[in-house]
Amino acid sequence: MSEQGPGGLNPSRRDFLVKLAQGAAIAGTGGLLWDYILRNEARAAPYALRPPGALAENDFNAACIKCGQCVVDCPPHILKLQPAGGNLPIGMPFYVPRTGACIMCPDIPCMKACPTGALSPKLKKIEDARMGLAVIDIENCLSYQGLRCEICHRECPIKGKAITLETHPRQTSKHAMFIPLVHSDACTGCGICEKACPTEIAAIRILPHKLVQGKIGEHYRLGWTFDTEVTQDFKPAEALPANAVDAPVPKTAPGMDYLNEGGL
Amino acid sequence: MSAIPPFGKADALASVEKLHSRSAAAQVWSWRYIILRRISQFGILLLFFGTTHWAWQVAKDVPLLRGNLSASKFIGLIPLTDPFAALQIFLTGHVLRQESLIGAAIVLGIYFLIGGRVFCAWVCPVNVVTDAAGWLRNKMGVQAIFHIPRTLRYFILAATLLITVISGLAAFEWVSPIGMAHREIIFGLGMGFTALLAIFLFDLLILKNGWCGHLCPLGAFYSLIGKTSLLRVRFDKNTCTHCGECAKICPEPQVLNLKKLDERGYVFSGECSNCGRCSPICPEGSLKFDFKPLIRGHNVQADAIAVQRRTK
Repeated sequence: MSEQGPGGLNPSRRDFLVKLAQGAAIAGTGGLLWDYILRNEARAAPYALRPPGALAENDFNAACIKCGQCVVDCPPHILKLQPAGGNLPIGMPFYVPRTGACIMCPDIPCMKACPTGALSPKLKKIEDARMGLAVIDIENCLSYQGLRCEICHRECPIKGKAITLETHPRQTSKHAMFIPLVHSDACTGCGICEKACPTEIAAIRILPHKLVQGKIGEHYRLGWTFDTEVTQDFKPAEALPANAVDAPVPKTAPGMDYLNEGGL
Repeated sequence: MSAIPPFGKADALASVEKLHSRSAAAQVWSWRYIILRRISQFGILLLFFGTTHWAWQVAKDVPLLRGNLSASKFIGLIPLTDPFAALQIFLTGHVLRQESLIGAAIVLGIYFLIGGRVFCAWVCPVNVVTDAAGWLRNKMGVQAIFHIPRTLRYFILAATLLITVISGLAAFEWVSPIGMAHREIIFGLGMGFTALLAIFLFDLLILKNGWCGHLCPLGAFYSLIGKTSLLRVRFDKNTCTHCGECAKICPEPQVLNLKKLDERGYVFSGECSNCGRCSPICPEGSLKFDFKPLIRGHNVQADAIAVQRRTK
């Protein structure tokens, strides 16, 4: 437009176009900044422990209306809403197991209080909640020192399933170690173990699954189990029936069996 | 509309004089809406606070008013949801539970009835801060540095919705100083008060009615809702002397455009927050709250009386 002489151009039209461009520039820069702030704010999320039934991180960030009704209805009052300026995304409920662990109410009042479904009503049994996963620091766990602590094992509300004790025999002069082992297929992440842990800084801690959990990968075939599809998958509902060990290898098993088939 | 304005400049001055020579009792009486508004604002806050901190209940395990302004449940029965927050969450692609949709419908229904921006003047906690800033600005005689159009808020409203779609996060709810302030009063303090402080300073020193009148997208949203609402400020053109005292005190003076008032017979714009500043200050009693269906009849009657008086 600027190539055209002032004589050939309608000044009011030129004015309008410049104004339009200015408006678009303000909107564009402002919008980008706003978008950046939002995404930045939401990024702290993997460290947050959410109430039972919480949707996956991105969906929870989108769906939570920040009303705090779960906080009010939590019987042990462990839930808090993150105020502005904290480490976690603003306004959403979280709990810190060391100071207040989830007591796993069977009727899940926090989830029922949620008006938007950010705490999903699909969660029917509190035992199916996956708020986080207990992780043991074996360097500082008393049981790994050979002490008979086992407090986490005894306090665990999913008795004998989420935390089991494994015996490790040692030299004859020492008694065996009884070390706690967490099972992700049963651990809800309630954090009672973390709260009960007697070390100065808890040696067993609840962390979001995303931060600690690996995945074997589908191309590995654990030939000795014959149920490679389910070993590290957190969908117990999809597990093969109990007699799976005797079942034949499914036809759709991943990996190539070219040596026996003679295909290549 | 008569060609000759019924009142002249002298009448307007007489009206101003009438206002200034009001008795102390009349002056206190003229504060009735502002007192009611503060009672309403702090009362609602107190209901939320008491339910959260002192476990106020109407029956066993039935909290009185659970939640905050984003979403709440009254006496364990009536869900209430901020329709703007619900709209944003909907735009992120999340399907809201029925409860929040009912809640949003109830809130929308209430504000369709009594005026969208009644939220702003009678409920919103930030209004206390901006009112204080406005009052102090007036006392200090702070001069305007610049002007920006009040329509900016509608662009911010549109931007909120657009950015919500792009980012997948409820754009205003994540940065809203209203939400921050309200949440932190009820659920524990953080840095939210700095947002309030920023708004206070902005309104006090930078732009008059800056936040509520120019920027807030929630106010813009409720302005749109309030376009069709029933509770209105009725305008009686037969008694108004055009003294302009109402426009001086109104936080949204563009809604008191006399030409439009003359045409419609009531404050038409949805930007009016039904705050009740103009009605008690009017020396001639030309501005009064009324329900829209009744206004036409009332004004026809007032016109008839005025004609009678003039012909006498």
